[in-house]
Amino acid sequence: MEDFLSEFPELSRETLRFIKKGFDASYRAFSREYGDAIEAVFDPVLYFLVWFEKLLQNSPWPIVLICFLAVIYFGSRKISVTIGSLFAFLLIGIFGMWEDTMSTVSIIGVCTMLSIGIGIPVGVLMAKSERAQRICTPILDVMQTMPSFVYLIPVVMLLGIGKIPGLLAVVIYAIPPIIRLTNLGIREVDKEVLEAADAFGANPRQKLFQVQLPLALPTIFAGINQTIMMALAMVVIASMIGVKGLGQPVLKAITNQYFAMGLFNGLAIVALAIIFDRVSQSFGHRIQQHRSGSRE
Amino acid sequence: MSEIKIQIKNLYKIFGKNPKSALEKVKDGVNKDELLEKHNHVLGLKDISLDIKEKSIQVVMGLSGSGKSTLIRHINRLIEPTDGSVVVDGEDVLKMNDESLRNFRRTKTAMVFQRFALLPHKTVLENTQFGLHIQNIDEKESNTRARRWIDRVGLSGYEEKYPQHLSGGMQQRVGLARALTNDGEILLMDEAFSALDPLIRKDMQDILLELQDELHKTVVFITHDLDEALKIGDRIAILKDGIMDQEGIPADILLSPKTQYVKDFVEDVNRARVIKAKHIMSKLNGQDRDNAMFVDQDDFIDRFIDKVISDKPSCLIVKNKNNDEIGYLSSKRLSEILKR
Repeated sequence: MEDFLSEFPELSRETLRFIKKGFDASYRAFSREYGDAIEAVFDPVLYFLVWFEKLLQNSPWPIVLICFLAVIYFGSRKISVTIGSLFAFLLIGIFGMWEDTMSTVSIIGVCTMLSIGIGIPVGVLMAKSERAQRICTPILDVMQTMPSFVYLIPVVMLLGIGKIPGLLAVVIYAIPPIIRLTNLGIREVDKEVLEAADAFGANPRQKLFQVQLPLALPTIFAGINQTIMMALAMVVIASMIGVKGLGQPVLKAITNQYFAMGLFNGLAIVALAIIFDRVSQSFGHRIQQHRSGSRE
Repeated sequence: MSEIKIQIKNLYKIFGKNPKSALEKVKDGVNKDELLEKHNHVLGLKDISLDIKEKSIQVVMGLSGSGKSTLIRHINRLIEPTDGSVVVDGEDVLKMNDESLRNFRRTKTAMVFQRFALLPHKTVLENTQFGLHIQNIDEKESNTRARRWIDRVGLSGYEEKYPQHLSGGMQQRVGLARALTNDGEILLMDEAFSALDPLIRKDMQDILLELQDELHKTVVFITHDLDEALKIGDRIAILKDGIMDQEGIPADILLSPKTQYVKDFVEDVNRARVIKAKHIMSKLNGQDRDNAMFVDQDDFIDRFIDKVISDKPSCLIVKNKNNDEIGYLSSKRLSEILKR
């Protein structure tokens, strides 16, 4: 009796080992059986990612820089952000991190596109069906709180080390905000406006594309912004499974205690984050200017 | 003789988890408070029957919570009734499938909302075209039609503005233009002018009446304001707690309120402004024409009351549009009407 109270009644070591072993063995069998097939599914993404990375790295740097600045200017319409970005990119180049930065930009770019491509439809589905919301919410909770190292294990077991597992890890970590905020944005759409759409005989597709998505756009944009930020935060962890970019030197710096090296690359990530953030935020503001009530 | 356009019959609406079983109780005589307290269901509408005539303005009046907005939403089935039927042009709205219901909403009805319900990301022109875009009508035609109605409600020059840049009154003009552009025979107006300032509200009422003279739509107009109801309604239905207290022409409601509730409601109304000569005239039986005064059947009392006081006619002879004498009014009757 005393034993029972002082020690939590746990499964015997024997049983626990059996469970863990059985679980691992069956997952291993699964990955041996289907690993190649699943990898094949991601081939198009891999080709695109490699092509994009090569494009950024092999094009002459002034052209890439000018393209970036053009995108930044037309995204934000702010001279200050553009000039700030110019200096940030120049410093990154001078300190020898241009190539790694291009790798990081390419993987973040692809991850963001994937997240938008998957996240918005899932968010729409959640907003449309209570059942989908009940199923998705706990999954999103797990995705956001599960330590990323834990889900790296099955991903690596399944697909090995490389770009695609890294990409998956980043997407898993970064996709929840855009799903949640798409869902929220659509659910927040003014009920009376929706009723008006119904009263004029809009079908569900017309309601989605003409009313719900446009009205949810500011919220969706906040989600995209967060998704980009979270993807950037993952680059170091992704580098542990072989994703090239600014994360790898940081990882090297951690293991070898190279403080300066870690600092430079860390600052480069910060610079990228600030640029992405400012551009996506001012773009988000601009597309909804007419609703702010300011009379031009 | 005008035809019945919308026929609402024994309509019940109960909100809650199990409206069907609550319906039985309501039919057995459980009242609204008891239903809420004991059975946790809200009685929205109880046994509403209403025939709405073609080309007339039917006002549904009541205070908040009376079920008037619920009632209007049954006509285009934005709300499903618990029991009863809604027939428009001989077709049962409740039996339509999704597709034919959408078609019905696109072509037969148009709605104007209390808080405008405009799309903030679209311009005035695009908002006005909304119904036509939904119907996939080609851009050229929808553009012309929308511009015509924007012009008609007095918003020319604002086509490219966004709703947020307009005042409340102007936004509701857009709402009205959007509904008129849709060109349905039925116009549903849910407290359309209630959110507007009094002066602007009067403007909008005048616009509506002016348009109605020309368009002859079947209008269902929801309001909580008796003056508004009396001004624009051809007929008025008064709702209280989901029950229809009285339905009739404005003068009848003023002169013979059926329940205490209606009586309280109409007490402070200036009758001279609402009652027309034809409402209170008696049949002619050899009245003296010597010192008589002639009035038009559609004149409100306050149009001729001053003259009655100064000229002191022996009686008033009421004439119709063809100048036929159709009835008379004694000064005694007139003062009775106005005294109360």
